[in-house]
Amino acid sequence: MTAGPGNGNGGGGGIWGTCLTGVGVLAFAFLPSILFSLSRNSAPYWLDVLNTVGLYTILALSLNVILGHAGMFHMGHAAFFAIGAYATAILNTSFGWSIMATMPVAALAAGLVAAVVAWPIIHLRGDYLLIVTIGIVEIVRIAITNDIFGLTGGSNGMYGISRPSFFGFTLIKPEHFFYFIWLTVGLTVLLFHWLENSRFGRALKFIKEDTVAAESMGVNTTRYKLMAFVIGAAWAGLAGTIFASRMKTISPESFTFSESVLLFTIVILGGKGSQRGVLLGSFLVMGLPEFFRGFQDKRILVFGAALVVMMIFRPQGLLPSKPSRYRLPGTLSERYGGQEAGDKPPPLPGGDGPGPVA
Amino acid sequence: MYDFDFFLQQLSNGLTRGSIYALIALGYTMVYGVMKLINFAHGELVTLGAYFGYTLLVTLGLGRSLGPPLAIGFSMVMVVGLVALAGHLLERVAYRPLRHSDRLAAVVSALGASIFLQNAIMLKWGAQYRAYGAELLPNVVFHIGSFSLPLVRVLVFAAAAAVMAALHVFIHRTSLGLAIRAAAIDQGAAKLMGIDVRRVIALVFVIGPALGGLAGLLVGLYYGQINFNMGQIYGLKAFTAAIIGGIGNITGAMVGGLLLGLLETLSEGYISVAWKDAFTFVVLIMILVFRPTGLLPERVAEKL
Repeated sequence: MTAGPGNGNGGGGGIWGTCLTGVGVLAFAFLPSILFSLSRNSAPYWLDVLNTVGLYTILALSLNVILGHAGMFHMGHAAFFAIGAYATAILNTSFGWSIMATMPVAALAAGLVAAVVAWPIIHLRGDYLLIVTIGIVEIVRIAITNDIFGLTGGSNGMYGISRPSFFGFTLIKPEHFFYFIWLTVGLTVLLFHWLENSRFGRALKFIKEDTVAAESMGVNTTRYKLMAFVIGAAWAGLAGTIFASRMKTISPESFTFSESVLLFTIVILGGKGSQRGVLLGSFLVMGLPEFFRGFQDKRILVFGAALVVMMIFRPQGLLPSKPSRYRLPGTLSERYGGQEAGDKPPPLPGGDGPGPVA
Repeated sequence: MYDFDFFLQQLSNGLTRGSIYALIALGYTMVYGVMKLINFAHGELVTLGAYFGYTLLVTLGLGRSLGPPLAIGFSMVMVVGLVALAGHLLERVAYRPLRHSDRLAAVVSALGASIFLQNAIMLKWGAQYRAYGAELLPNVVFHIGSFSLPLVRVLVFAAAAAVMAALHVFIHRTSLGLAIRAAAIDQGAAKLMGIDVRRVIALVFVIGPALGGLAGLLVGLYYGQINFNMGQIYGLKAFTAAIIGGIGNITGAMVGGLLLGLLETLSEGYISVAWKDAFTFVVLIMILVFRPTGLLPERVAEKL
């Protein structure tokens, strides 16, 4: 349960990296004011774009736990996003719950469904899991389109969802949502960073690198994979709450297979397993095309071609996760590395460590 | 309403639709067998076939000038050739550079190619539905007792069955077919035996798209209308069929396609039209729960 974060991924390089990140975050916090001072008219539009980027960042980060850390090919993440959004919409419009109260329920509902559907299929090999997760997202979409249990409003969707409010302050404008969404992004980054370096995260890494070895060391692979799947799904459900309250209306079209594909490409394009990569991926996939609105439908064509080109030149993603290093007390280099000649350790047979040179 | 004739109708419709799925599934399964890659752009090659057929038969008016049998035969040959060429180009551009990188990178490249092709088709032929036209095929219906069988059903099924039989012979009776099977089992060993694996991959990327293109043309003939994003749903269905049959297994793809077609029409007829796709995927999940590598899995030992 212990073993601190060690020297895991992210975090940048030492104190300068931390300072740079701090300055960046601070500058980002002032972005709405900067945008408004540049242009009063187009600022709300660009804030909306940033909010979409933020929402997809949350979703992609949650997918990253499943796809990047646990290494499970999951192409149906929109299903859990949908379950969260609909849980919020139903509780809010039919039962009068406040948005923030629905958030934990949305996450719970998505996590619960994930646990139930993933239980029998978690052991499936890569591509078989891929088609099953596509199947799940299709089943969910068809279920909400067909107004399952008379709750989801069919293909028209649901409307009249309230805005979230905190202590009497209701979030309405894009700049309100900007802070709400990006604070959630920050929270997500911290949470998943901590998770990555926890016992749980290290177990996942082991499973991804070598399932058989992990199993033979006593790691319960099924349990850890299932946990990763449920955590990722629950977090997508939480993002669903934000989405529903931001849009006020939701319909099945927002939760298609294509949406899942988009999230999948964000994670792989950015660099699976790497939070900075996923962040960059969301900006590129969800934000960059907004600069090319003038090109209309051609920009999707270019997006497709760009994906192919990017994968040819950077198959590992733009900012891949670095191999993690853990500092264990008393490794060979620490014990013997800095020592003068005198009592050298015997040369390691076949070792490539810092053995003495004759 | 649910009498025996109704059942026969569903059955013949299911076999026809299933034979189209099987043709498309073969493209998935052959590519997967040799490259271990899910070719997500395969559905778009089907669309491409449908639109090439549309251009030949409707825009260029071959259907009227040549007469139905000749026009359909000629356009089948043309479509197969053109889509095979497109598939070859696709492999050269989007997949060959990624042969030695991470599998997920190849998957995303395939998704990118799929997005590109779908939008290219939309920009070229428009976003609206295109009709093949009713006068293309004479509206002949065979009557066997009280059971009626439209000509188009027979034609689609016969074309698909003939092509699949030819493929079966090719795969199991020729040395090139043997090379494909060998490369699917173990690329490294196949190379050591003197098989040019690169050529096998190129070959698979000609045969698979050719079958997909033919399937696109048959969809146009059978359903009468086509759309730029039809490839997504046909691709998904056929991929499901390939998985049900056991991906990598050629016989499995044929069996899986026919099974899926039957499953769909029967659930459409007896359960609910709106829920038929959900039903399909539930059955897929059930099959995989009990047989995790499909009904007829490829016989390959898991590498440790």
